[in-house]
Amino acid sequence: MIRIENVTKQYRGASRPALNNVTLEIEKGDFVFLVGASGSGKSSLMRLILREDVPTSGSVFVLGENLLRIPGRRVPFFRRKMGMVFQDFRLLPNKTVAQNVAFSLEVIGKSRGFIQTAVPDVLEMVGLGHKANNLPSELSGGEQQRVALARAIVNKPAILLADEPTGNLDPATSEDIMRLIERINAQGTTVVMATHDRGIVDRLKKRVVVLSNGEIVSDERDGGYVTVERTPEVKPEAPQAEPAEPSSPAAPAEPDGEIITGFRSFFDDEEGGN
Amino acid sequence: MRLGFVFSEVGQGLRRNVSMVISIVLVTLVSLTFVGTALLLQFQIAQMKTYWYDRAQVAVYLCTETSPSAACPQGAASEDVKTVVKEKLDSTLLKPYISRYYFEDHQQAYKNFQAEFKGQSVAKYVTANQLNETFWVKLKDPNQSPIITQSFTGIAGVEEVRDQRSYLDQIFSILNAASIAAIGVASLMLLSATLLISTTIRLSALSRRRELGIMRLVGASNFTIQLPFIMEGVVAATIGSVLASGVVLGIVQFFVQGFLAQALPFTSFVNLGQALIVVPILIGAGILLAAFASGGAIRRYLKI
Repeated sequence: MIRIENVTKQYRGASRPALNNVTLEIEKGDFVFLVGASGSGKSSLMRLILREDVPTSGSVFVLGENLLRIPGRRVPFFRRKMGMVFQDFRLLPNKTVAQNVAFSLEVIGKSRGFIQTAVPDVLEMVGLGHKANNLPSELSGGEQQRVALARAIVNKPAILLADEPTGNLDPATSEDIMRLIERINAQGTTVVMATHDRGIVDRLKKRVVVLSNGEIVSDERDGGYVTVERTPEVKPEAPQAEPAEPSSPAAPAEPDGEIITGFRSFFDDEEGGN
Repeated sequence: MRLGFVFSEVGQGLRRNVSMVISIVLVTLVSLTFVGTALLLQFQIAQMKTYWYDRAQVAVYLCTETSPSAACPQGAASEDVKTVVKEKLDSTLLKPYISRYYFEDHQQAYKNFQAEFKGQSVAKYVTANQLNETFWVKLKDPNQSPIITQSFTGIAGVEEVRDQRSYLDQIFSILNAASIAAIGVASLMLLSATLLISTTIRLSALSRRRELGIMRLVGASNFTIQLPFIMEGVVAATIGSVLASGVVLGIVQFFVQGFLAQALPFTSFVNLGQALIVVPILIGAGILLAAFASGGAIRRYLKI
């Protein structure tokens, strides 16, 4: 489904490559966490999978396409088979929830009839059927991320890429979003999710790929969150099979519901304001 | 579906950038008006050429008593000279080129001169004998005037051979210069129109960068992404070129036909029919210009 072979990505002007000889294979239906410090190469890897960028060397195959060879005019059609969500939701502030989701179908030329049935269905699935006509500014952060997820999956993508989807959300809301992403995965969509959220990674017991300084330092099924010291001068020479730090720290305690709820409503109002 | 989407995007873009759109309209209006004027001047030149060249004749002026002695050492042309010229005009060598010719004697020349300079003091002093007797030669093809000029220049008793077109050519070169100047101004204005359109389209893209990001993310085709921007430039430029066409038609109807044609009744001027030929050229040029300028701008913007 996704095969990345010996990929190195060197950005112009950067002293070291963002990705250094990375090899990774992801099967259909997999749920993969990409973890690692900021600058470890998670986002670079996602950009390569979405063909936002091409590697300096190595090859990337996604959904049977060689992304180094794919002609520019076919890239949009390739992306229609992918869904993507971000930390900052990226909703259009002047469109309602339903219009935001419908927009992504309109611009790829779907028929009005298809949009009229697909949009309510997907909003129902993410639990926002009753807020179809609200503007994003009237929603909480968690609800906005649900809209973003609805937009990402409305065209039934084969792969869902999520770049720190819970990064702006409090733990309880993050849980809701993760349950939704798990449901999407259970329906057959391959999920690749970059995250810093140790609690989520430890609890879900999925495949965990750890990146550090552009290299994969650990790749485990049923893994936990692995912290790797950032040492730009002395690169960890850990081979792929051998995790740098096999033991994962204990999962954080369940968040205190009372405080978090109070915090969330404040936080979400802030979010809603912008 | 997709068409409705494109139109709503175009409408939004135009509303968001009203002042820039107005400036595009004005710049295309002015530049295309210059283009239209230059085209009409060329039409005018062509039309005057066919009109006047058809009527232009070659004059063979014979010597008079007062002719300068360098050209006419033997004084006024004798009857013999007239016979020689006449025979030469009737000869098999020249006849095929000549449509007709006639002879204007002193009295006729005097009458024409008096009519032309009526009321001016020069008319009182000129006598019939001071005016040239002239053979007026009308050629089948006015471009072949050198044949006549060469045949008669230097013959004793002929003062000068003159192609009337040489007078007209001065007028035409002035009109031509005006037309070239108009084209020059027009190209400068068109250049600024192009730059203005690309700047406007870049601004428009910048103000819609969120939408553009989403569209690229969800896999909208390049055509779908770019078309609204191209249409935006095209719509603005079309309004400008339609207005420019209106101005050109107005100039022809009210200035040329309404004023010039009345003031100079013996000259043939461009009419509304010819101005209507210019209209599709202007609108086509405006649309093409805008399509290329905005298409190039949006493609460059999206590449970054």
